[in-house]
Amino acid sequence: MANQNNSTGTPRVKQGMAEMLKGGVIMDVINAEQARIAEDAGAVAVMALERVPADIRKDGGVARMSDPDMIDEIIATVSIPVMAKARIGHITEAQVLQSLGVDYIDESEVLTPADEAYHIDKRLFTVPFVCGATNLGEALRRISEGAAMIRSKGEAGTGNVVEAVRHMRTIRGDIARLKGLDKEELYTAAKNLQAPYELVAQVAELGRLPVVLFTAGGIATPADAALMMQLGADGVFVGSGIFKSGDPVQRAKAIVEATTNFDDPKVIARVSRGLGEAMVGINIEILPASERFAGRGW
Amino acid sequence: MLRVGVLALQGDVREHVNSLTSLNVAVQKVRNPEELKTVNALVIPGGESTTISMLAKRVGLLDPLRKFVKDGFAVYGSCAGMIMLAEEILDGRSDQETIGGIDITVRRNAFGRQVDSFETDLALKDFKNNFKAVFIRAPWVERVGSQVEVLATYKTENNQEHPVMVRQGALLATSFHPELTNDNRIHEYFVQMAKSVSRVNS
Repeated sequence: MANQNNSTGTPRVKQGMAEMLKGGVIMDVINAEQARIAEDAGAVAVMALERVPADIRKDGGVARMSDPDMIDEIIATVSIPVMAKARIGHITEAQVLQSLGVDYIDESEVLTPADEAYHIDKRLFTVPFVCGATNLGEALRRISEGAAMIRSKGEAGTGNVVEAVRHMRTIRGDIARLKGLDKEELYTAAKNLQAPYELVAQVAELGRLPVVLFTAGGIATPADAALMMQLGADGVFVGSGIFKSGDPVQRAKAIVEATTNFDDPKVIARVSRGLGEAMVGINIEILPASERFAGRGW
Repeated sequence: MLRVGVLALQGDVREHVNSLTSLNVAVQKVRNPEELKTVNALVIPGGESTTISMLAKRVGLLDPLRKFVKDGFAVYGSCAGMIMLAEEILDGRSDQETIGGIDITVRRNAFGRQVDSFETDLALKDFKNNFKAVFIRAPWVERVGSQVEVLATYKTENNQEHPVMVRQGALLATSFHPELTNDNRIHEYFVQMAKSVSRVNS
């Protein structure tokens, strides 16, 4: 639709896309059938990947971008946005995903990092990126590289919400501490956060990130999703929590409804009934450091 | 007194609330039929139309919303909100329900995928200066009924012209997102519309 005065891939167009996802649930899917279940349940987008994080954990090996055939099939199946994951620093995987027409790329620590020093320069792309963060400094470094959306990392594939809570509280706490600092203090805050001063000053003024902040990593129940919304998330990524549970159809619907009505315990109670088995889950303290995804990226 | 609701099931609710608040209008988020009763105008935000439609159905809001429209209250929808106000949709889910009210046929994701999303300077009828219009996986209008006034159109590469801003009575819809800009003129236009039909919700 190249009209003379049209601009694609502007920050407003990239960040605006994430604004449209707010209050919604983005679900990990590994094939067209799961994508259809996610759309039927009211997901605002699907994340196409070859294995859900729980299986990446179980199977081990190198986790990479998905097969383009599988992504094409999912794009052809659903009318909602389709996201896909590229390895941290894997510029070419990101270029391939953009050429396939995915609507958002997740430069994700859940896949095996391709570059141990540099993240992708996301400003060079027309397609927008979402990146994980465990604290405010990390979030702002990703934004300065061009990320148009941030998700707190949590610990993917564990079904344990504790790390998601830790990272969301850390980001929100870091933001709260910036408020009330004067200009001189903000320069030092930027130094300590290892983030650009302009972004730090912007966060201090807004009282929130300049882009949408979702949560991810360990959300397994409607109550988990609602908890993360109460802690200030703009929306929720659910990975293994749905398709590793006993009744994915009902659970997917329940998590969507709980995310919208996060402050209404009566609704959470109603949708939590009769969901069958939740995914089993892993206690984080027994996970060796080498098996924790959240430490990947910097 | 005018009290504008913003349908807050999913989407860019905050941006519409901010745009309206900056016009000194009383604003209320609407998530259920009880909250709908407290407002006398409504904005349906951008978001995922399939999700908004499903959630509206599950919380029992679809029929109250249809009645709200039928009773003549002013309603404005941007992007997903335009889809919700359309009588007919193309490329939707086969079971996708809308509120309806504007006699148009709307094609979902008509401009393409996110890499095709764009911003552009758009001329609006009755508006002095161009508007910075942000189109995100946006719909366009393919058929307009005789009662519908077209306020802006977009001309594609192959010279097809599609309406992207329409009005029918107290109902207003745009394919694009004025709430993502600091330009409040469309919200102001809607507030004036709402004041002129100003009714009491009882």
